[in-house]
Amino acid sequence: MTDPIPPFAPPPDAAVRAPLPGARSPLSDGEWHRMHPLTPLFRGGLALVVVAGIVISNLRERIVDFFLRAAVPDVPDYGDPGDPIDFVLRHNLVLLALLAVLVVVLVLIGLFYLAWRFHSFRITGDDVEVRHGVLFRSHRRSPLDRVQGVNLTRPMLARLCGMAKLEVVGAGSDANVKLEYLSTSNAEAVRADILRLASGRRLAEAQARDAAHGGSRVAAAASVVTDALTGLVLGAEQPVAEPASVVEIPLVRLVLSRVFSGRLIVLVVLIAAAVAGSIVGTPWILFTIVPMVLAFGAVFVRSITKALRYAIAPTPDGVRITYGLFTTVTEILPPGRIHAVEVNQPLIWRPAGWWAVRVNRMTGKSTSSNESDQFAEVLPVGDRRDVERVLRLLMPGMPEDQWPLVFEHGILGPAASDPYTNTPKRAWIVRPLSWRRNGFLLTPAALFLRRGVIWRSLGIFPLARLQSVGVRQGPVSRMLRVAHAHAHTITGRVSGELGGVDRDAAVRLFADAEAAAVAAGATDQSHRWAGEVVDVAEPPLPAASEHRHDDRESAQGDSGPEQRVFRDDALAGDASRGDASADGASRDGAGSGGIP
Amino acid sequence: MTSTPEPGGPTTPADTTRRTDQAAAPAAPAAPAMPTASGPDAVLDRATFDRVLEPRSENRLPLGDGTWHQLARAYVWVRLISLAAMLIVVLVAATLVATFGDTAWIWIPGGLVAFVLAWAAAITPRQARSFGYQLRRDDLVFRRGILWQRMVAVPYGRMQLVDITHGPLDRAFGIAQLKLVTAAASTGVAIPGLTQDAAERLRDTLIDVAETRRTGL
Repeated sequence: MTDPIPPFAPPPDAAVRAPLPGARSPLSDGEWHRMHPLTPLFRGGLALVVVAGIVISNLRERIVDFFLRAAVPDVPDYGDPGDPIDFVLRHNLVLLALLAVLVVVLVLIGLFYLAWRFHSFRITGDDVEVRHGVLFRSHRRSPLDRVQGVNLTRPMLARLCGMAKLEVVGAGSDANVKLEYLSTSNAEAVRADILRLASGRRLAEAQARDAAHGGSRVAAAASVVTDALTGLVLGAEQPVAEPASVVEIPLVRLVLSRVFSGRLIVLVVLIAAAVAGSIVGTPWILFTIVPMVLAFGAVFVRSITKALRYAIAPTPDGVRITYGLFTTVTEILPPGRIHAVEVNQPLIWRPAGWWAVRVNRMTGKSTSSNESDQFAEVLPVGDRRDVERVLRLLMPGMPEDQWPLVFEHGILGPAASDPYTNTPKRAWIVRPLSWRRNGFLLTPAALFLRRGVIWRSLGIFPLARLQSVGVRQGPVSRMLRVAHAHAHTITGRVSGELGGVDRDAAVRLFADAEAAAVAAGATDQSHRWAGEVVDVAEPPLPAASEHRHDDRESAQGDSGPEQRVFRDDALAGDASRGDASADGASRDGAGSGGIP
Repeated sequence: MTSTPEPGGPTTPADTTRRTDQAAAPAAPAAPAMPTASGPDAVLDRATFDRVLEPRSENRLPLGDGTWHQLARAYVWVRLISLAAMLIVVLVAATLVATFGDTAWIWIPGGLVAFVLAWAAAITPRQARSFGYQLRRDDLVFRRGILWQRMVAVPYGRMQLVDITHGPLDRAFGIAQLKLVTAAASTGVAIPGLTQDAAERLRDTLIDVAETRRTGL
């Protein structure tokens, strides 16, 4: 199904491409592979099934009539003179009609086959590529060190057939690479490969796998069959079993939290308006309540089914979040891909002590895309312990002594000896309720913004992800000697704005946060989050060229520089293919990966 | 970095003596000539204003240290001419509608728009003096506004691309707008009214420094 296929271009020098880092499944060996054969059915063929369904349902009476006639011969004739089937029967055109149907079906199957033939993907050491289309060819290549996350979506129908679609999230609008559809086990393997390659960590795995498989392609291919077994034996880095979730949301809590959300208030207000309208106006207005309640009920049910089976767990390649009852979505967020975190609490949740956690991160979807960004909410509802666990997953680099800043002082604060810099008393008028709480705190790793007293929230902005810093001041603020501070991050649901900061504190924050952001950005290496390998192999050593020959003979990779050589070979292979979408800028990114 | 200009921007001898950022650039093949915070620059400061205009109140956002580069004086004329052109169009349109359409009420929205335009023209000379940018060692600082002050600091490594635009009127006066794009939409740094030499030089320097200080997203 996904054997290496002869690509449309003749394969380049096989000797160059043969030695490959062993740490991959056969699906990501740098060759072109096709999608699952059932792909066309799920991508467009479902429409055909619907058409067939309509045709059959329209033929229902005829079929009933047919069987009825077989049982009771003297039923009155089922007659509609315009019926095309009667026409065909009457003119002895059955053969012709069947032939026509056959031709149509064959043409459709042929088209599907062509579409499938031309839809393939390739994963090399540096890129993931997808090409598809028969008349309008499209070829998309995305550099692996810019991967923002990997999503595995399993819609209900595809799940029944054991298939899944994989989405490699890129940074930018409509920048995702979609591999749809693969069989679930293949999708899992490809995802593990992409994340491992993107992480830059290949050394240890390569050795382990090579030792086990003898490094040959045949053995590697055979390993797919026994994937689960080898995974268990070797203790593969991507466990076959799902990693245990650190947070369990009880069903009751989930349902209650969805019901008691902002929507409930809207519904109550609408119902009150309808009742009031029926009292002063015509009582018929009361009936608008029915569709209103139905619509809101549908929204509630959908939001609950989406959040069911929620799980969040650490993996070596980042945080893994799973959602969904019918359509299961799994997202892996590699480290350093989270641009902002916010813990917040709607008023209605306060008695229960529940909180929600949301993040800003790249979704790679176009802004016009109407798919709701469900994963912005990494914890739909949880108590304090859950929030703490999730935050520890999202911000693994945070020093232990700073955690009190998050909860005691930040989320629940202000407490005694408050480390936050708050709105000065003279400016209470700009934050009449929350001025005691409204403040910021800058640590070497992150900027904390504490806001709101009714809707309490705490925003955490990792400085290594901060894009820029701003302050502004309008006339009212100037009168009160305060200013707005603004931490600029990528677009998302977490806002980085904090008003009513003392002028001097804001100016100091402006300078300090900027300096800290520059320092954090310079030492940040999260685009190759496990990648010391690239560093080691940075200069193309003369010795490496000797290894190269050895490797070609023995086809065994076992040290850093040799891995590097393999990569160069892969690059040469890419170049010889002359892909139209080769992207020089992205190449630079891969090359400069080791610069601290 | 999505935009990489051809190397060899305008470089003056004065710049080469003013390199201070060598140590911070780890693997710079050819260190860019970089106008740093150490002083004025011959290209950037030609035909510009010489003092950043600030609010009078003591509570304003302070200027701080370092050299502020400012907009070209020609920017005021470009703004005034385009505002005057818009004002004329609005007035003519309103007059025509009022005369031939016999609708006197058109003067209500027409007058409102005309007033806003006239007001914008009136504050333009002061507003233009409030713009300023500073090229520091690791970041660019941008400020604007008097009534509504705004200051933004963008680390060089965060820049995704630098955009230069100039319309026909801009070209006639030899000025251009330089826009700096990061991954955050809210950064919003657009420096209008640089001389074209200054804009090109600034773009080349920014791209050069961004290369050496490049970070991820």
